[in-house]
Amino acid sequence: MSEAPADRDSILELTELTKRFGGLLAVDSVSLQIKRGEVFALIGPNGAGKTTLFNSVTGMFRPTSGRVVFDGRVITGSKPHEVARLGIARTFQNIRLFDFMTAVDNVKVGRHVRMKAKVWDSLFKLPRERHEEERVTEEAMELLRFVGIARFANHYARNLPYGQQRRLEIARALATEPKLLLLDEPAAGFTPQEKVELMELVRKILTRGITVFLIEHDMKLVMGISERIVVLDHGEKIAEGPPEEVRKDRRVIEAYLGKSA
Amino acid sequence: MSVGDFGFFVICLTAIVLLAAQAVVHPSEFAQILVFGLADGAIYALVALGYTMVYGIIELINFAHGDVFTLGAYVAAAVMGFFAGTSEDTFSVSNLVALLVTFPAAMLLMGAVNITIERVAYRPLRNAPRLAPLITAIGMSFLLEGIMFVWSGPFTVHVPDLLPHGPGFNTTIGGVFIEFKDVFVVVAAAILVSLLAVFINRSKLGKAMRATAQDRDASQLMGININRTIAATFFIGALLAGAGGVIWGLYFNAITYNLGFRTGLVAFTSAVFGGIGNIPGAALGGMVIGLTAAFSDAYIGSKWTQVVIFGILIGVLVFRPTGLLGMRVPEK
Repeated sequence: MSEAPADRDSILELTELTKRFGGLLAVDSVSLQIKRGEVFALIGPNGAGKTTLFNSVTGMFRPTSGRVVFDGRVITGSKPHEVARLGIARTFQNIRLFDFMTAVDNVKVGRHVRMKAKVWDSLFKLPRERHEEERVTEEAMELLRFVGIARFANHYARNLPYGQQRRLEIARALATEPKLLLLDEPAAGFTPQEKVELMELVRKILTRGITVFLIEHDMKLVMGISERIVVLDHGEKIAEGPPEEVRKDRRVIEAYLGKSA
Repeated sequence: MSVGDFGFFVICLTAIVLLAAQAVVHPSEFAQILVFGLADGAIYALVALGYTMVYGIIELINFAHGDVFTLGAYVAAAVMGFFAGTSEDTFSVSNLVALLVTFPAAMLLMGAVNITIERVAYRPLRNAPRLAPLITAIGMSFLLEGIMFVWSGPFTVHVPDLLPHGPGFNTTIGGVFIEFKDVFVVVAAAILVSLLAVFINRSKLGKAMRATAQDRDASQLMGININRTIAATFFIGALLAGAGGVIWGLYFNAITYNLGFRTGLVAFTSAVFGGIGNIPGAALGGMVIGLTAAFSDAYIGSKWTQVVIFGILIGVLVFRPTGLLGMRVPEK
């Protein structure tokens, strides 16, 4: 097998990615390519392997076989913190904030990957550390404004309303300066109005030059914002293409609604 | 207020009222016991911090921690032995130099020991059932005690009395006899605890530690290297335990290989009392337990002191498992 020349257009490329848990084939030889600057959606019924695929990309799980190429670099089997440093950030299906930190501190944790101050700088409060700390706080506030929750900056994350917690998670992910943002069901539990606002936020994120890869159940939302869609069922890719094509695909309809007689 | 909280407050209040009565009737005796209690408490606080930091980040009770503390004292005794010209009779420049070398040497060495323990005994079991690392922790505790036993035998080891002492270095205020080393212990512990507080709250690594304690997976995805962060937690905990060991040696001048068993349990009680996982709680818990031990020694009798302390441990676990200041462990 010859090495394909690096495709400058694609930011993430999965080649026959497989993840097996004992006898269960959670992700079955899935290949896909995400282009820079697009919104790419991953949909499928419950248990189709969507989150497992995310976990395999971010290094939470080591894929059983297959290859993950991010930004021209093979990252298969890298540690999550290394993947984060290279520029992939994510949010979680069930929100996972640092509950006992303020909103602004949550975002600052994300910024830290890009910080340079060393232990002794902070212990002795050297000017370099102080300037960096001020800058990081300012940047964190800017991100909170960007997602629209600046007024909650000094509240504990756990005390934020549900919708704002989701936004805070996005701000924290953006703080790591990702090139690719993975959103795991960002609209779960949202009202229709909140979903519209979320779509606006995703568009704003795109203008920052960040590619968005999302898992979503809400078909309307997915159809509205994504350029291309991949459908998983039982770990297998059953369809791929622009929303209007995928919507009409027979196998997709079967996977969601069951086989009709 | 729950029944448990009520019971807890009634017991605390009773203890405080009884002590206040003593303070009024025999003020100078009371103050003297207070001085002993503060010095003991400062050392317990240093050791308790290591228990609480490790529990906070990986929810493991590091039973080897008390023995790391003891090993710190043994290393201190050995290092001090290298210095010529030190004197136990008067304070000299050589004594000062010996102290300035002993502290960092014992602290850093204990840091290295604790990192090694984490690497070989806990990290491979990180995803195992929680009983497994608990058992290896007890195993490491026995191993360290065994090493000290082989090194110096079962007898009491003398730690040179290098701190300034004797006439000129003690004073009597209102009938209370205070030595230089009483002050030294409390001040040294206060400095170390403040440095730790600044470090945890201000530094990047401190923030990474707090983040890892709250959600390990999410921290990884924020680019935090959790293995390094956990190792750093063990390192810092052991720096404090090492310092605690040196201070204990300088204060009491006598150590035995199994010192860490009892001291470790007392420090662990302090950490639980303050709210396990809670850093200010451990410092406060150490002071309260140190004072309790001193008052119990004086007013109840020293043979009852262990009963009192471990009675507190049981009482806290039954009535108020979150401790005085509350656990800082995220509910999952």
